[in-house]
Amino acid sequence: MNDSANLPETDRPPATSDFIAINEADELTRQTTIGRLKIPTDVLRAYTMVFALLAIWIFFHYSTDQIFLDPRNFSNLMRQTAVTGVLAVGMLMVIVTGQIDLSVGSVVGLAGGIAAITLGWLGFGLVPSIAAGIAVGVVIGAAQGSLVAYLNIPAFIVTLGGLLAWRGVILGLSRGETIPVQLQSFKAIGQDYVGPFVGWIIAAIAVAAIVWLNISRSRSRKKHGLTATSPAMLLLRIVGPSLAVVGFIYMMNAYEIAPGRYAGIPVPVIIFLAIALAGAFLTQNTTFGRYLYAIGGNPDAARLSGINIRRHLLAVFCIMGALSGVSAIIYTARVGSASPDAGQLLELDAIAACVIGGTSLMGGRGTVFGAVLGALIMASLDNGMSLKNVEPYMQNIIKGAILVAAVGLDMAGRRRS
Amino acid sequence: MNPESLTTFLEMRNITKSFPGVRALDGVSFDLHRGEIHALVGENGAGKSTLMKVLGGVYPYPEYGGEIAIEGGLQRFANVRDAEKAGIAVIYQELSLVREMTVGENIFLGREPSRLGLIRWDELYRRAAALLDDLHLSIDPHVQVRLLGIGQQQLVEIAKALSHDARVLVLDEPTAALTDSEVETLFGILQKLRERGVGMIYISHKLDEVFRISDRITVLRDGKTVGTNPTGQWTESQVIARMVGREVGDIFPRVEHEKGDVVFEASAVTVTDPDAAHKRLVDNLSFSVRRGEVLGIAGLMGAGRSDLLMAIFGAHSGVVSGEIRLEGKRVQIKTPADAIKQGIGFVTEDRKRFGLVLDQTILSNMTLAGLRQISGRFVTSIDAESAAGERAMRDLRVKAKSIFTVAGTLSGGNQQKVVLAKWLLTKPRVLFLDEPTRGIDVGAKQEIYNQISSLAQAGLAIVLVSSELPEVLGLSDRIIVLHEGRKTGEFTRANATPEAVMACATGHVRSAA
Repeated sequence: MNDSANLPETDRPPATSDFIAINEADELTRQTTIGRLKIPTDVLRAYTMVFALLAIWIFFHYSTDQIFLDPRNFSNLMRQTAVTGVLAVGMLMVIVTGQIDLSVGSVVGLAGGIAAITLGWLGFGLVPSIAAGIAVGVVIGAAQGSLVAYLNIPAFIVTLGGLLAWRGVILGLSRGETIPVQLQSFKAIGQDYVGPFVGWIIAAIAVAAIVWLNISRSRSRKKHGLTATSPAMLLLRIVGPSLAVVGFIYMMNAYEIAPGRYAGIPVPVIIFLAIALAGAFLTQNTTFGRYLYAIGGNPDAARLSGINIRRHLLAVFCIMGALSGVSAIIYTARVGSASPDAGQLLELDAIAACVIGGTSLMGGRGTVFGAVLGALIMASLDNGMSLKNVEPYMQNIIKGAILVAAVGLDMAGRRRS
Repeated sequence: MNPESLTTFLEMRNITKSFPGVRALDGVSFDLHRGEIHALVGENGAGKSTLMKVLGGVYPYPEYGGEIAIEGGLQRFANVRDAEKAGIAVIYQELSLVREMTVGENIFLGREPSRLGLIRWDELYRRAAALLDDLHLSIDPHVQVRLLGIGQQQLVEIAKALSHDARVLVLDEPTAALTDSEVETLFGILQKLRERGVGMIYISHKLDEVFRISDRITVLRDGKTVGTNPTGQWTESQVIARMVGREVGDIFPRVEHEKGDVVFEASAVTVTDPDAAHKRLVDNLSFSVRRGEVLGIAGLMGAGRSDLLMAIFGAHSGVVSGEIRLEGKRVQIKTPADAIKQGIGFVTEDRKRFGLVLDQTILSNMTLAGLRQISGRFVTSIDAESAAGERAMRDLRVKAKSIFTVAGTLSGGNQQKVVLAKWLLTKPRVLFLDEPTRGIDVGAKQEIYNQISSLAQAGLAIVLVSSELPEVLGLSDRIIVLHEGRKTGEFTRANATPEAVMACATGHVRSAA
């Protein structure tokens, strides 16, 4: 993964470009030949993951009597993805800067616990208890981030300490009890749906946004004197993603919760998608995001280019903390209670999602889009294997093997290209 | 050279090697006598490294075309081990020693003398000591490699190669990181090895060294041999002409132009060593630069030249004192961000370590320091960036497929141009250049010289640090010389001679212009 000679020749990569933009400088990029087809290698790599996900889905669908891709299960799968997915977006940013956060599982436990305690035991309202949960995450992120950035303690150590300590704190605060959540509006965050009508409105907005982004981009290229995108490519870039959006909304809306009542998108999935979009934007289209990649890629060069490394590391750990808080709220709301061991091993799921999604643990490389795909793959495996009644011990073995194999294949592919 | 050693020991005949889309070697023939130093020169990308990788077994037998023969016997190396067994040792630019291990452990790594699987440490260190002694090296075999200077590490690497009974030693840019006295030690050892009949292939960009040490010179260009002659029959300009494929006159452009007002002024700059607070790396140094002027800073390695620039730029880890004025106004610079805001650009030395994010594209690297001006304060515009990047790529003549080519895949010269572009895109008033042409080929050097010259003409104030004296003398309007952190001399272009500057740099003379 640190083999700098064999890197994809693209920047402003994936999150946007893997997904929408097939690299326009086709003849200029490294290509992989499959039979008579020539495909830019980095595009191929991104699509390989999409195909892997589709293959997993199809496999489970037909080996579970077509339950897996049934709207009901698909909706469930998306809800399961939300918790890990939100964490993966934060973890991606942490890993891109060359750091790691092992404490997120415990922070999810603690933040969820605090939200439930303030809500149930202290009688806070909906908004204050949510704010308390997220604030816990931010404060922990700031504390850990400061130790890493300003006292130069390795993140692995700081957050390993956090993994133990924050779990201890919630065990102490909750006295080992599971704290139930009664407030319906709080549970709605994890369990409710927005309804088919809202779904179609979102679809319309998304399609409009795709059209607008593509057209304004094509205009902007003209304005800056760059070669314009061909009309066929423009059309492809509009139609492809739009179809995906419409298909997704259709599936979500097709889930019939009660006879004649259709669900729409689950609330946690909406939160997750919003965070993923914001994360993709932040990493790909802002100076802040670009600096994160530079810091992970070569800290010395970044520092000498005027980037304040400490401040950026602190910010990234705060973001991770905040997203741990959000994830904790979703998780607590979905389960309907906060148990002191909630969130255990979630840090590993989040890291695995990033790595499967092509993130380099050495820092400097990885995309939100990849991390989200990775989270989907992990959640699909969980969900599919449970449907097939695979025993829990076997599930762990399979997930572990797939994680290692995925990275192994990616490395092998990179060496060949 | 002894007459009996004039037998051909190694012969490479008609070597070809292709990579997808490129023919890196196109029928190269090369031979080496016993006890000979045969220099291999050529621009970056001429095929020198590829040829040596073929020789060293990095590209195994059927992957290349042509024949390799040692003492007339055909060799087909399947891997690096095979080549080593045949007596070929390649010492790469990036040293391959384990820094945490001792010198002795490194020399015998993988071949430790052992009994019943236990390492015989006494025997190992005895043999290591004998080996080092034989080369007249005063290096303790028990010391960890990381504690040695880069020059000594290089010598350990040679000792290691000789412990393999190497009969052919390939040295790839061996002096790139050495101080002058270390170069002398190295050359002493090479002489000794020559007397013993070891054949050496010496790859270097430093033609003065090549002319000093080698017996024959072969020039490669575009994967072909364009000339092999005894060193005595070459002149430096002939070699350069063959390398670049054209005759070069004076490679330093000299265009006289008006110098403006003082833009940048540093007074009484003092920098302490972060590891030893009492030691001053830079001691009470003052200088100024005018608009359109190139100020050269000469000095030997360790004279404090880079420390001075790093300190002014807000990037030094020692304690820095002194006063900085830009256009007469006093400014505080605590971080590189402050310096950039004040209009200082800094093309740092060691582009791979300090200059580039090698994994990222040319464009990302070019826009890194000036991202907020080029692309937007917070939200970036890829199109504005691409436009700026493509312009810079054209202006500086960066040779690459596109602005989205990964920086790590470029040649040294093109990488250096990318770093230069990065700083020009911050629109600086003063530009610091620290060793801007280290390790790059002649053609790229000349292009960088032309850039420096035209930037000065356009009114930029330039501070140039270089270890290559001809470069400082050829480009600077004014030169200051440092020795052990102090200014020991100042010259104008007219009165600077290599001898006078060198005398100040070595601390023998203090002169005033």
